[in-house]
Amino acid sequence: MINDATQAGQSTEAPRGAPIAVAALRQVTKRFPGIVALDRVSLEFHAGEIHVLLGENGAGKSTLVSLLAGMQRPDEGEIVIGGLPVVIDSPRRSMDLGIGAVFQRVLLVPSLTVIENLMLGGSWLRSLARGAALRRFDELSVLLGTRIDPDAPVSGLSLGEQQQVEIMRALWRDEKLLLLDEPTSMLTPQGVADLGRMMRRLKEKGVALILVTHKLLEAYEFGDRISVLRLGKVAGDIEPQRLQTMSEAERTETVIRLMFGAADAGAVPDKGHEGELAILLGRKLRRANSVDRSKPATLSARALVTMPDFAETPLHAVSFELWAGEVLGIAGVDGNGQKHLAEVLAGQRSLRQGRLELAGSDITWGRVPERRQRGIRYVTDDRLGEGTVGTFSVATNLVLKEIGALPFWRHGISDWPLIHQSAREQILRNDIRTTSELTPVGKLSGGNVQKVLLARELDAEANVAILNKPTYGLDLHNQRLALDRIVAAAARGVAVIVISTDLDELLEISDRVGVMFQGSLAGIVENDDDAGGKVRRLMTGAAAE
Amino acid sequence: MSTRGDMAAGLKTTLQRVLIPVAMALVVGGLILLVLGKDPLDYYGFVLQRSLLRWGGAQETVTRMAPLLLIAAGLIVAFRAGIWNLGGDGQFLLAAVASAALAPALAADLPRALNLVVCMIVGALVGALWSVIPAMLKARYGINEIITTLMMSFLGTSLANVLIKLVLRDPDTTVPQTRSLGVDDRLPRLFGTTIHSGLVLAILAVILVHLMMTRTAFGLKLQVLGANRAAAVHAGLRVERLTIIAFALSAGLIGLAGAVEVLGVWGSVRADWNPAFGLLVVPLVFLARFNGYAVIGFTLFFSALMVGGESAARRVGVPQHYVLVLVALLLLFLALVEYLDQSRRKPSAA
Repeated sequence: MINDATQAGQSTEAPRGAPIAVAALRQVTKRFPGIVALDRVSLEFHAGEIHVLLGENGAGKSTLVSLLAGMQRPDEGEIVIGGLPVVIDSPRRSMDLGIGAVFQRVLLVPSLTVIENLMLGGSWLRSLARGAALRRFDELSVLLGTRIDPDAPVSGLSLGEQQQVEIMRALWRDEKLLLLDEPTSMLTPQGVADLGRMMRRLKEKGVALILVTHKLLEAYEFGDRISVLRLGKVAGDIEPQRLQTMSEAERTETVIRLMFGAADAGAVPDKGHEGELAILLGRKLRRANSVDRSKPATLSARALVTMPDFAETPLHAVSFELWAGEVLGIAGVDGNGQKHLAEVLAGQRSLRQGRLELAGSDITWGRVPERRQRGIRYVTDDRLGEGTVGTFSVATNLVLKEIGALPFWRHGISDWPLIHQSAREQILRNDIRTTSELTPVGKLSGGNVQKVLLARELDAEANVAILNKPTYGLDLHNQRLALDRIVAAAARGVAVIVISTDLDELLEISDRVGVMFQGSLAGIVENDDDAGGKVRRLMTGAAAE
Repeated sequence: MSTRGDMAAGLKTTLQRVLIPVAMALVVGGLILLVLGKDPLDYYGFVLQRSLLRWGGAQETVTRMAPLLLIAAGLIVAFRAGIWNLGGDGQFLLAAVASAALAPALAADLPRALNLVVCMIVGALVGALWSVIPAMLKARYGINEIITTLMMSFLGTSLANVLIKLVLRDPDTTVPQTRSLGVDDRLPRLFGTTIHSGLVLAILAVILVHLMMTRTAFGLKLQVLGANRAAAVHAGLRVERLTIIAFALSAGLIGLAGAVEVLGVWGSVRADWNPAFGLLVVPLVFLARFNGYAVIGFTLFFSALMVGGESAARRVGVPQHYVLVLVALLLLFLALVEYLDQSRRKPSAA
């Protein structure tokens, strides 16, 4: 895929030596109702440099990207491109200025071919000039070192390849500035390595790259310059010269200080941020291994098969056993059947073949209410789409899966005072930040919605808990809280399955890690010291050892 | 979710959000009359006088509320469950025809009360039956019920006419209609007025539906279904069964409205009679935000407009359907006030 021998392609070679500011923000402020997303931010982006923007969720990274991509306009301050102040009032204008953006989600039309997707951005009136488009495609293929068939339908490409097409589209008009918003979140380790090589090639060609991430290791690996955003402000920069001379420990200390505020200076890493630090560094906070697998398994799945559904990978003979007090991590690139697995276990999706047993009794045909009664809990990754009803109160959402059951309903009549009182207790116990139990759950932040779900699902009667991407979209603090609650549940004896695309997280909390690949469980490995390597191999489809 | 605490706190803003749009609709409606060269004060005054101030008009207004309230009750069930039952006219008419055919036939053999109860039950069942096809299509295959209920409504109104003209026709009349139920066999009148007891039934039905939706597990399940179908599946609700039950309840109540209108007011159904209440009530239910108590108020308002508007239109010389213009304006202003209110609130709330 990478072809380092051919270095041809058109050149916007930057003169070496003094870095040139391709783009700059000067005192840019952007407010949203109730918050200041960016507060007098000034930054410069240089040709031939990978500039990492690091920060927690809500630090202002995405707002900054959307300003440059023409999706929002600053309230104050100016954006300077090539030395001139500009107004970027539309994504088209942004592209005209030579800015290309690649977002977290793939924004391609799956039914069209690669080249058709790339030609979509053209003007309305001009006919589609396929010849010219193919020439540009070849140019960019050489520049990026990619080998993609221009006539392949996008739906047939891997996520990594789709992202390469997205990068091509971002560079289609010009190649001055490339924005990459958390580009590694959906990639396999191999895909991340390919992306890194691609970014370095672009850098050598004089493209200015902005890499948005919240992972410290990625920042070190790819970044020439690191800027840390915190609460809408630039907390600090690490210049390329300084970055090169620092040891990893120094870098970490500097970045942590910047991310969590000057108050922690000198006391880094202090106790309060140890957990966050573990997530940032992908370090293991291994818990004591005390699962007793000599007893019969709590949950056993035998050759589960589901019906194919629209755009979702079905299960294909999935078998495993799960013991009380155990955390089984399920790794894998998104879309390899994880959703079907979670839904089948929760009773939300019916099986075509296979058998499920809970503590020795057959529950294959039990539906959600029966399974819930037997202690099976499911925390969905689609928190607002199906996990909660956004317009309903926090209190109602806390009992959403108990409607009609004692003690909150007697003979089908709702005991609202009791429901509300219980909700107030839950809110206190789980530190759910909400104005009251009557607040619609849709108005809560993502972290607090997840706290509502965890409170509802990880209750005292839980025996088996399935959690799908429990930390997805949460800030570090809330990621930590969610992982802590999961580990605590396992310690109470709950058999836990955690599905995640974040391998570091799984290695941190799991006893065993299974890998989903194309609807099958490619293998389950004990979480020992070389588990990471084994799992990565399994994720690419290599056979289990 | 409305609870007592909510309701008390929100009452003031709710009143504001209703009264301001009503006033604006009346003012703009008046301006339109002015443009047409009519005297708006004359029109409104006449509407008020004929519908509420004059005793006969007031009785007529209140009587008119009975079928509207029952239909509203049926629509609240459906809309809260996220189901667009727009087939009310067909369900209403078929139930009316069924009870009109049955009541005179049974009148000789059954005591009055029993006859009325049987006919109302049959009316409700016929209404519910007419929703079975859209309900099954929606529950099983997810086919859009807006289309299917409207189609079934056209079929239902036509079938009602066919039945009157070919099967149930009273041979003693020249105009095709069903046999007439004697005045003494109809729903009893209240306290010597012309208002029939179907009104009590209707008010009870609306209140019961409201309590069902807000205070019972079943009502909450329907609301979950209506607010987020994926969440209903996730929470393990029996989505198919709930959908079919909600359809049946909704159409049953609308069928009951047809039976009550026949048994209380008309005594028979003439061919080509179609008051088209089903679609008229839809905006009222939205104006009331699916709240049963608010629906009673809006229905009174609308009945008065309908009853007064019929004669006022003749007198002032505007089309009879001018009332609908006022309802449309009311809807527009209600949405506008709501929008302004929300955008005003947002900065402080967030």
